[in-house]
Amino acid sequence: MTEPSAAKIMATKLSFGYGARTVQDDVSFTVKPGSIFAIMGGSGCGKSTLMKVLIGLLRPQNGTVLVDGEDYWGADETRRTEIGRRFGVVFQSGALWSSMNAAENVALPLRMFTKLDDAAISALVRLKLSLVGLDPAGAMMPADLSGGMRKRAGLARALSLDPEILFLDEPSAGLDPVSAKRFDDLILELRDGFGVTVVMVSHELPSLLEICDDGVFLDAEAHTAIAHGAPRELLESCSHPTVKAFMNRTRLEPADTTKGGPDGKR
Amino acid sequence: MSGADWHADPDGQGVLVTLTGDWSARDGLAGDPGAVDAVVKQAGSGGLRFDGGALGSWDSGLLVFLAGLREAAQAAGIGFDDGGLPVAARRLLALVPLAPPAATPRPGPGPVARLGTAAIGVWSGFLSVNAFTGELVLRLGAMARGRLTMRGRDLLACVKEAGIDALVIVSIVNILVGGILAFVGAIQLRKFGADIYVANLVGIAVVREMAALMTAIVMAGRTGGAYAAHIATMQGNEEIDALRAIGIPVVDYLLFPRIGALCFTMPFLYLYGAAVALFGGFLVAVLMLHLTPGQFMSHVRDAVNFNQVLFGLVKSLTFGAAIALIGCRVGLSAGRSAADVGRAATSAVVIGIVWVIALDAMFAVCANALQF
Repeated sequence: MTEPSAAKIMATKLSFGYGARTVQDDVSFTVKPGSIFAIMGGSGCGKSTLMKVLIGLLRPQNGTVLVDGEDYWGADETRRTEIGRRFGVVFQSGALWSSMNAAENVALPLRMFTKLDDAAISALVRLKLSLVGLDPAGAMMPADLSGGMRKRAGLARALSLDPEILFLDEPSAGLDPVSAKRFDDLILELRDGFGVTVVMVSHELPSLLEICDDGVFLDAEAHTAIAHGAPRELLESCSHPTVKAFMNRTRLEPADTTKGGPDGKR
Repeated sequence: MSGADWHADPDGQGVLVTLTGDWSARDGLAGDPGAVDAVVKQAGSGGLRFDGGALGSWDSGLLVFLAGLREAAQAAGIGFDDGGLPVAARRLLALVPLAPPAATPRPGPGPVARLGTAAIGVWSGFLSVNAFTGELVLRLGAMARGRLTMRGRDLLACVKEAGIDALVIVSIVNILVGGILAFVGAIQLRKFGADIYVANLVGIAVVREMAALMTAIVMAGRTGGAYAAHIATMQGNEEIDALRAIGIPVVDYLLFPRIGALCFTMPFLYLYGAAVALFGGFLVAVLMLHLTPGQFMSHVRDAVNFNQVLFGLVKSLTFGAAIALIGCRVGLSAGRSAADVGRAATSAVVIGIVWVIALDAMFAVCANALQF
């Protein structure tokens, strides 16, 4: 067992869902500091819901989440917001605030949560935008940005407060392979540079295999985690049929289960 | 934990910048432009080198400082040796483009260009209204030939939304207007001892003018704005694009149910509103001005004839069509952001109310010319 102090995030026996419906039950995992941790699984298995639990948008029905050893959901709301300020979140479509341009999107968290003056804020905004390769596009409105640029602007916004943990929801979904690869490389660079811990929800195999060094695999049928480990290891050695089918992009054998497998299609 | 600090020591080959302490952007940025320039000056023709051995924890605050130094060094044409920096900082610094493209302030357009742009804007607005009207007429033709892809369920939903759901607000507004008319009229008429004609005044004003107008203004605010916001949101979600791509006529699927619903419900709402407003006037006249119910009723019957009701019905139908058309058209031409949805709703309401009043004025002029 890992010591709590050696874990950036430790989830223990988490159950979560909406209303009376439980999407996933008894999910436990540990995210090590500085790792890139993947939340994997087929569509509709509750990956994004798990991320909502981790970033404080959805209270789990059961179980605990420790962030740096501190009980996240056990803390009161003020404390939770304080812990949450160490998080950076990139939503699936960027979720930029549409009434502000890209630079203002990055600047808003700095304006809200620091006492920096305008010159410092604009220097930091320029740095964050150039880190993601968007410095020239700072004055553009979100509606005028392409999908990939929106994601990168979302990443710059998530980085604005120098987070310790970066949450990414489907970072490479909807990007062409070259852009997806560039985005993956960028995440690696940021992890190596700033030493942030990255938790990403994904079912894009190339990204998972390339950049993630740990992970948990959720299953929609079993309603719980069925495998733990780096995607590469799961590809090589996991014997669970659903994981094997996912990793090898094949259908489940009819003998394995009565209902089809993970639907990689959307 | 110590704060971010640095000092520059000139030596034979340039300047050695020593970095110490914890650099956190949240605590403020180190190195104002003046200090950075001074360091570059000290370096003379030599380069900048770094000693990061005593550096504590750091984040983007350090990077901003280093990027500023690097930019200044580049501008001065001197070397920038990042060898003494932590590897991670060097890698991140490599991600930041060396010379960020300077934002060249483009000269703003001159007065002629601005006039031209405005004229093109007006012209293209005119064209798009024409295209909208044309599309509607074409689909009306298709409807006449019985080739309409509108769903009955959508029409019913719109009728409920624009009819039954509007009854409460229509009732409140009209009952108050009827009561107010009775009050205001009574104050003037009493001077001539003609209290009883309050009934005539309320009857004529309500049936001919106020019921249709007030109901239309209420509907422009609640339904016209809702149509614009709904369609603008669909625009932002690419739902309209999806309809067009599949080949479902947007006019049939989105517009006709809404236009049809308002054209259908407005005359009924007018009749209902007129009845409620008369009731409001009746209450005031009987309870406060002490007319008898019989007197009030017979005077209203004298004042109001069928033609006036017909006039009101025609007006309300026109208002309904105008409100729906404006709401849909504004929604369809909206931009795709959240703010655009708000703007669309606002302008649908404003344009709708202005048009309702303008149309009402036109009706008044025509009725006067026809001595109706």
